Amino acid sequence: MNEHARRLVLPLAVLALAVLAWDLVVRVNGLPPYILPGPGLVLSTLVADWPILWSSLLTTLEITFAALMLAAAGGIGLALLFNQSRLIEHSLYPYAVILQVTPVVAIAPLLLIYLPQPAAVLTCAWIVAFFPVLANTTLGLNSVDHNLADLFRLYGASRWQVLWELKLPAALPYMLGGLKIAGGLALIGAVVAEIAAGSAGAGSGLAYRIAESGYRLNIPRMFAALLLLSVAGIAIFALLSWLTHLALRRWHESAVTREG
Amino acid sequence: MASSASGPPIVSLRGIGKTFGNGTVAIDGLDLDVRGGEFVSLLGPSGCGKSTALRILAGLSEPSRGHVAWRVSHAPRDVGFVFQEPTLMPWATVFANVFLPLKLAGEDRAAAAPRIEATLARVGLADFAQAYPRELSGGMRMRVSIARALVTQPRVLLMDEPFAALDEITRFKLNDDLLALWRELRMTVVFVTHSVFESVYLSERIVVMSPRPGRIASELAVDTPVRDTQFRTSADYAAVCRRASEALAIAMAGERTPA
Repeated sequence: MNEHARRLVLPLAVLALAVLAWDLVVRVNGLPPYILPGPGLVLSTLVADWPILWSSLLTTLEITFAALMLAAAGGIGLALLFNQSRLIEHSLYPYAVILQVTPVVAIAPLLLIYLPQPAAVLTCAWIVAFFPVLANTTLGLNSVDHNLADLFRLYGASRWQVLWELKLPAALPYMLGGLKIAGGLALIGAVVAEIAAGSAGAGSGLAYRIAESGYRLNIPRMFAALLLLSVAGIAIFALLSWLTHLALRRWHESAVTREG
Repeated sequence: MASSASGPPIVSLRGIGKTFGNGTVAIDGLDLDVRGGEFVSLLGPSGCGKSTALRILAGLSEPSRGHVAWRVSHAPRDVGFVFQEPTLMPWATVFANVFLPLKLAGEDRAAAAPRIEATLARVGLADFAQAYPRELSGGMRMRVSIARALVTQPRVLLMDEPFAALDEITRFKLNDDLLALWRELRMTVVFVTHSVFESVYLSERIVVMSPRPGRIASELAVDTPVRDTQFRTSADYAAVCRRASEALAIAMAGERTPA
């Protein structure tokens, strides 16, 4: 078996074994579905509840992507601003850090008081997602090769040319790395905010479905929603990895496969 | 001063001193004339300030004392600089890397294309315009770097130990190519190196520098019109190398040789 096939087959085998063990535990102990539903029941619930779950998934994905876009715009924009002005960087950077280190679970209830729920959820997702983009882009903009910077100076490059032709391309791999982290975090932020809104929330995202199903002891639907969330997370990560690969495949060491 | 077939000075350094922020005196009291069309090497051990002197000449570093007087235009396109590393943009093709100086000067890509292709052909990279730097060998990357410096057709080419990181075979080849370019394009070349053999092979004039603080210890003329493999193995070459080595040894001992 070659390396590529092994990396696909091995995790799938582990998954099959785990599902089998799960099913066995449920059957042997005769566990009722409100304690632990079997994998079969979770799947059939997924199919039966698909209309509800699908619209919830779309809501969650909508918020996640909106948050990711805003995080990208905010993170990259702020990093550029910091890079152009030390004064602004020193004034604002500590607050970006504070926003990042304060647990979003603790901020969410407050946001829910002051903002309408969709805006509060979006803000939560944005708060957790924007920092890795900001931190990574800042690192990237500061990682420009000194000799290349000298070269631009020798040829009389303008501030704009240095930014556009030198700093941004040099920062691109870092930026994409930050976005990859932000994608997962945006989903987490959206879920956390919806959970915090709980049954009081008027939302209809997947996290809301999980909370709601929990109150109704509809455990199979909780599992089905959880499964969808997990798949959504994987899909977001795969999408961002693919974008990274497309952007860097011709020149960056991280995206180049070596022969021999 | 060593005799040379070259013209009058095109740039003069007078009483140049450079003290870094941490108090290190890199250069002190450096006087140097670079004559039009000559190939001059700054030879010295690491830490003798030869790279600093080159950076001051290029305008990349401000001298703490003294002044630089240019007698010809030293606008960006008139001075080429080649770093010790190829210093290419890894995200850009060879073509785009060589286009950079023209692009920064606001030139149109299509209009510049023939000149870029001609310059690439000159350094033997005509077939690699669309390659990315990571796909090239160390020697080829350095050729791209040289092509980038040549594309503006500079009068002066400043080179900071450009071949130090290359293997000997590649270095000899690039030495010959550089000499051919120098003759063909009638540029002035200021070449910084710590290799006695390289400086003797390449230059008409060797300026030996001594360290701590960096200053000029002595000068040596190399009056050999033909530089080729034969010259590299000749007794003449060996003799000049010995003289240069002695001058370097004296410089490193911290003594000034009588002019």
